[in-house]
Amino acid sequence: MVRVLVPSGALGLNYDKKALQRGILAKPDIIAIDGGSTDSGPSYLGRGVSKYARSSTKIEWAGLMEARAEAGCPLVIGTAGTCGTDSAVDWMLDITREIAAEQGRPVKIALLRSSQDAEYIVQSYASNSVTPLSNAPEIDAETIKGCTNIVALAGVEQITEALETGADIIIAGRTTDTAIIAALPIKQGLNAGAAWHGAKIGECGALCATNPQSGVILIDFDADGFTVTPLADGAHATPHTVSAHMLYENSDPFILYEPGGHLDVTGSKYKALDDTSVRVTGSKWVPSDRYTVKLEGARVAGYQTVVMALLRDEHYVAHAQEWTDDIVAKCSAKAKDRLGLGDDDFTIEIRLIGQTASFGELEKNRTIPTEIGAIGIVTARTEALSEEIGKLLNPYLLHHPLTVEEEVPTFAFLFSPAEMPRGATYEFVLNHTLTLEDPMDAFTLEVHEVG
Amino acid sequence: MRSRWRCMRLARLKDHVQKVRSKNAGPFWLTIDIFCGSPEAYEMVIDKLSSKQVAKVFETSEQKLKRFDISDLNVVKFSLPRPEIQGSIRDRDMHGASWAALLSEVEI
Repeated sequence: MVRVLVPSGALGLNYDKKALQRGILAKPDIIAIDGGSTDSGPSYLGRGVSKYARSSTKIEWAGLMEARAEAGCPLVIGTAGTCGTDSAVDWMLDITREIAAEQGRPVKIALLRSSQDAEYIVQSYASNSVTPLSNAPEIDAETIKGCTNIVALAGVEQITEALETGADIIIAGRTTDTAIIAALPIKQGLNAGAAWHGAKIGECGALCATNPQSGVILIDFDADGFTVTPLADGAHATPHTVSAHMLYENSDPFILYEPGGHLDVTGSKYKALDDTSVRVTGSKWVPSDRYTVKLEGARVAGYQTVVMALLRDEHYVAHAQEWTDDIVAKCSAKAKDRLGLGDDDFTIEIRLIGQTASFGELEKNRTIPTEIGAIGIVTARTEALSEEIGKLLNPYLLHHPLTVEEEVPTFAFLFSPAEMPRGATYEFVLNHTLTLEDPMDAFTLEVHEVG
Repeated sequence: MRSRWRCMRLARLKDHVQKVRSKNAGPFWLTIDIFCGSPEAYEMVIDKLSSKQVAKVFETSEQKLKRFDISDLNVVKFSLPRPEIQGSIRDRDMHGASWAALLSEVEI
């Protein structure tokens, strides 16, 4: 049997300390926590930075390093620093060094790096080793070269290599959410279907149970299945909460693609052992012919400046859409005229918060509210151009009249200056797989002795 | 009599089910889960909510919509390619959080 302790769905989201202590006393074979996701958008990957505060990350990681020492087992983080680039791995290593020094405890650290050299991906693309997944954007060599960061998602094979170094702590770059949990049970020759399924159920911590914010869960893997047990007071796993977790952020609730194959839970059976633990059997792992890993890449899509005004005048609130359409047309024409720009150099969009900001044209439930926030978004080729167009937009949002005859109106600005530069905005451009001869071909492993 | 009929016609999905949730399924897909809450509500949703109707709400084609009717959980799940890739310039909802509201207000 392999016992995996999962402290929470992500480092930075906190965990229940009392429940973690229970987990340590249960003698886990490994402590595994996820450090990232694409869910907060392309900027983190594009810049290679973490979304969580360094202070939160450090305090929570220090608690887990203590737990590791007490439990005497390895500690692994997947997708370090939100995006799992080399820069994020180095950031996490830096935090780990600081903590090791403060705790006065030497540790052996394995780093698994997932960042990809654009030239390598271009060559792989040219040799047809890069394959689009469903709803992938069209790409060419220029798209790949334009990425500020590309990562490949490691699976159990690469995590296993890292475990085999005998490291106390593994800081992994981008991995699938599940790989860090599934690796040890699979390495020990236990049921692969159960390993991947239990990992998927456990990757968000106690989200598969009641009291989901408590984080800490224990998963026991064996030759036939797995058992999941939340450890916080008042947290209970039921066949319903566990099986329903397969719906979460999955486009298909029965099939999950991973490096080297897919998980099929169509025939899985969920059984309550008591009012807290659930046992799952019958999950299948189906190996694929080729070994593929998923790629993620982000590039700069432009530079943005935002200007916001509040409409409270009833007449303007009632005619807000007409007002913004007129501003966009007039301001776009002015930007082209005064700055000599073409259609491809910039966009101006105004979204009406309180009315149609969530869905635009798709919104069918249109009512007239008390007030409307008009948020103007300028996107341009360069930062300077974006700020310049923001300044052209400013007076329209402040004073634009619906008709030429009326006295010039004034709308509420929240700030001075009203135009707020957002810097570079990024976009995801890869939804592809990379075929590998050997799972380690796109990844590197380093070992550091610290403290 | 006539006003009662109008009232019945305006019943929305959200009035019959426990919860509707939407999330990203990666940056390129959206997924929406309808937790019906009981076998009766589940049967009603299966009976009354057509994939065609759902495709219309999201202005996508029925062919692009994946549908899962999961009786064990009393859940009906829909997944669709994101109309705008997550975080791209035209995207309005980074986490796909509000799509549930659009579907929950559909009249059935």
